[in-house]
Formats: sequence, C-alpha cells, structure tokens
Amino acid sequence: MNTYKTLRLMKKSQRDRRHLLRGTVAAAGAALLGGCDRLSRNESFVEVLKSAEHLNAAVHKIVAPRPAMAQEFERKDIVQTFRSNGTLMPRDADYRALGMGGFADYRLAVRGLVGKPAEYSLAQLRALPSRTQITRHDCVEGWSCIGQWKGVQLGLLLEQAQPLPDARFVVFRCFDSMDEPATGTDSRYYESIDFDDAYHPQTILAYELNDQALPISNGAPLRCRVERQLGYKHAKYVRAIELVASLADIRGGKGGYWEDEGYEWYAGI
Amino acid sequence: MAIEQSAPPAQRIYRHRLPVRLMHWVNVISITILLMSGLNIFNAHPALYWGHDSHFASPWLSINARDTPAGPVGVTQFAGREWQTTGVLGLSAVDGQTSARGFPSWTTVPGPQWLSMARHWHFFFAWVFVINGVAYLLYSLFSRHLARDLLPTGSELRGIVTSIKNHLLFRHPTGGAAKRYNVLQNLAYLTVIFVLLPLVAVAGLAMSPRLDAVYTGWVDLLGGRQSARSLHFIAAAGLLLFTLIHLFEVIVAGVWNEIRSMVTGWYTVPADKPAKGL
Repeated sequence: MNTYKTLRLMKKSQRDRRHLLRGTVAAAGAALLGGCDRLSRNESFVEVLKSAEHLNAAVHKIVAPRPAMAQEFERKDIVQTFRSNGTLMPRDADYRALGMGGFADYRLAVRGLVGKPAEYSLAQLRALPSRTQITRHDCVEGWSCIGQWKGVQLGLLLEQAQPLPDARFVVFRCFDSMDEPATGTDSRYYESIDFDDAYHPQTILAYELNDQALPISNGAPLRCRVERQLGYKHAKYVRAIELVASLADIRGGKGGYWEDEGYEWYAGI
Repeated sequence: MAIEQSAPPAQRIYRHRLPVRLMHWVNVISITILLMSGLNIFNAHPALYWGHDSHFASPWLSINARDTPAGPVGVTQFAGREWQTTGVLGLSAVDGQTSARGFPSWTTVPGPQWLSMARHWHFFFAWVFVINGVAYLLYSLFSRHLARDLLPTGSELRGIVTSIKNHLLFRHPTGGAAKRYNVLQNLAYLTVIFVLLPLVAVAGLAMSPRLDAVYTGWVDLLGGRQSARSLHFIAAAGLLLFTLIHLFEVIVAGVWNEIRSMVTGWYTVPADKPAKGL
C-alpha cells in the first residue's frame, strides 16, 4: 500500500477514534447524570443504597459503644447565638395557649409501654437532678454550633416510669406541625431513639440554653439532646414521651418526621 | 518511498495485573459518585469554616444567591473576596428553573437538590471506596506492586528535574523508559494514595458525631469538625485536580493504548524514535 494513503487512512482512523472518544465521554456523562436520577427514584435500588445505614449503625456501635461520650467544650467555645432551624415558632393553637401562660400549664407525659405512666410540670422537671453540658450541635445540612444545655437525664425519667419488657424505642411527640395545622392531617414533628441512646448520660431533656430558659426558636419549653446524632434527632417542643415496641405503626413507619421524608433513622453520621 | 527505515516492531507488555485494573475501575465509579453526591450535600449549606463550629458571619468559602435590585445573582466568596458567578455557582438552572444552589445540577448526584438521597448515595459508595482502598493497599504491599512500581528509585528521584522538563515539553518516555512509571507519576500516585485518599476518608469520618465519641478530642487533631468538613472538601478538590491532570496525561500519552492497558492489561511500548524520521 502506498505510504501516503496509509498515512491518510491512519489520520482518518485517528479522527474517527477522536470523534468516537468525544462522543463516548459526552454520552457517558449524560448517562451517568440521567441514570443516577432515574436510579434515585427506583425503590429497590434505593433500598440497596440504604443498606449502608445498617452497616454504619452496626460498625459505630462497635467502635463507639454505649458509654462513649460526645466531646464537651468550655464556656469560651460558645461564641455566638445558638442557631435555630426547622420550626422557629409552632403555629399550633394548644402550643400558643401554653406559651401565653409562660408554660405554667405545660405537662410532659410519659406513657406507652411503661409500668408507671406519669406527668411532669416544668417545675417538677427542674426539681429533679440535672446535667449541664457544653456540646456541639451538628446539623444534617453540614453546619455546627456550640451551646450549653441544662436538663434532666432521660434515663432518670425512664427509671421512674419502669419500661415494660417489650419496650424497644422511645418516641418523642412534639407540638409543632410541619404543615399548616388547619389541613387536618397530623404533621406534628416526632422522633425516636433506641435504649442505647435513651440511657446515655448525655441524653437529656433540656429546659435551659446558655443559662437562659430555652427560647421558643430552640424548642421551648423542653427539647431533647441526643449528642451523638445529627440535629434532626434532637426533637424540639416535646410534649410526650412514648415507649413502644415497634415504630412501624406510627405515621410513615420510619420513626420520625424526617425519616418518613427519606432521611436515615440512624443519624450518627 | 518516504520511509527509509521502518519502525521496529511494537513491543507489547503486560502492564497492569487484573486486581489493579479491577480496583482502578471500582475506584473510578465510587470516587465519581462520591464527588458528585458530595457536592449535592455541600449545597445544603454551601459555606465552609475553620474550627469546631460554624462562624456563620465569616466562612472562608461560600457560594450563595443574593437578591439585588436587578434580580438574584450568584455570589462566590473566597477569603474575603467576592465574584459574581451567576449561571454556574450560587444561582443556576435546574430543569429550566433558575434556582439558588451552590454547585449546578450537572455536577451533582442526584441532579436536583435532594439532601437525603445524596447522603444515601454518598454513604453507600463510601463503603465501596473504603473496602476497595483497603484491598488495594493490602494487594500493593503483598504483591510488591508498591515497592516495584510505585516507589521511585534513588536515581529516578535524582532525575526529577529532567522529568519535570519532559512533562512541561510534553515529551513522553519511549522504549524501556515507558515500561516504568516516571518519577513525577510515582510522586503523584503516592500523594494520592497516601495523602489525599486517607485524608478525605478520615476528615469524612470526623464529621460523624458518633465517631467523634470513639476517643474524646480526636477531631481536634484536624482542627475541629468544621475544619474537618473544610479539609474533606479540599482533599476532594485535590483528587479532582489529580483526575483532570491524569486524564490529560492519558490523552497526550496515547489515549487508546492507555485505556486498553487499564482494561486488558496489555500496553504497547512506544518505540524509540529513529534518528531520522519522516
């Protein structure tokens, strides 16, 4: 074969290859983006992705077992007003009425699978032994804020309530409706944790933030602190604690308002 | 005839063994998805800080939308300086709708802003990435891939100036020299394997509030959780930079030969140039 013809053919084939390559890269990019979006709407595929949550929870419980403590900070580390997120002011009528009265009529109910259901006023909660801790709040969005919390250990309330053998989860029922309360459907915030976290010494029901009564935007009169999990687990505006055997029958069945929206129940990462 | 001296027959060598090829492509997939789902997660709070917590008034990097009398604009702020980046950063179109978001939808998985889904992608492929990475490290140690191929020899290290010059002039090694990684390649791969990849993983783990409790205060070694988030982002940016240079080098060094060698293992050694060519 003539050398020049060979060279020309080589050039043409190189050109074809370049076109092919460029086309392949563009197609692969589009397929990746479109494919990932389609897969995100495929239930069985998302179930595969979500298997990582169980692996995370299992591994974390081994490397950071029940007694492992979240880091605590010093007064000097509190440098700004604690950020509020989610509900800043519940629109629900029952909450507003309690707030107008300075939460004097507020009662925390402890109920469900317990031997001794109980109700506590704020004054009664404040009279119980308290724990004060300066901790870092990590939001699922990525930001962190440091604040000092004072409250009663959840474990103490559970001991008084005497959980029944079937009880496996502690559910926090909250005042704040996430949708317009007038729509009639129950969209009140709720959360749940297991007994590992419920009896952890740093898991408290806080009524004070930075030496002041808990502000409304941070969950007054009472909010949960679960220091080794992300912010959405720390239920604000808590009105009742309910012990249950399973989360399946509550609302969306996933154990929390954001969990029903697709977030992980285990929010330790 | 134009060619006086025909080129010597091309020499083919078996360059990449199957485990390396396999782990390379698993890494390509997992790092691509980690990067893109990571940008979607970043978009949930498109600002970075140093320290334990977020000093909201003074991020070192933020990518936001801002309202102006002329309408919303995308603003990227870095170390106190600001740029308008409408269309790409801060404000960009998603399915034809202009919306406020840090990185644009064509860089994120999933495309729309969807934090919970991005987290599912991220954590699943984080496990793929870590298991693959540990397998690679063990394989590299025990198969002597690390000692034989990745660690530069003393004389190679001394030739670093020549190697830098060759790279800048796009002169690629031929013949016997092309059978081995060159010294800059060695150093780039070692930096990625022993600095960037471990850093991105450790800084990622440091953001987990539960893992922070493994040993009180270990996150302070990285400067605190928000510093860890920044380092995670910077290491990811470093990996992206490496990937871009890597792809560029693959293209200039002979794209089909390079891709074939990472798929089938067989690499055609570029022949030494004859003294008088065409």
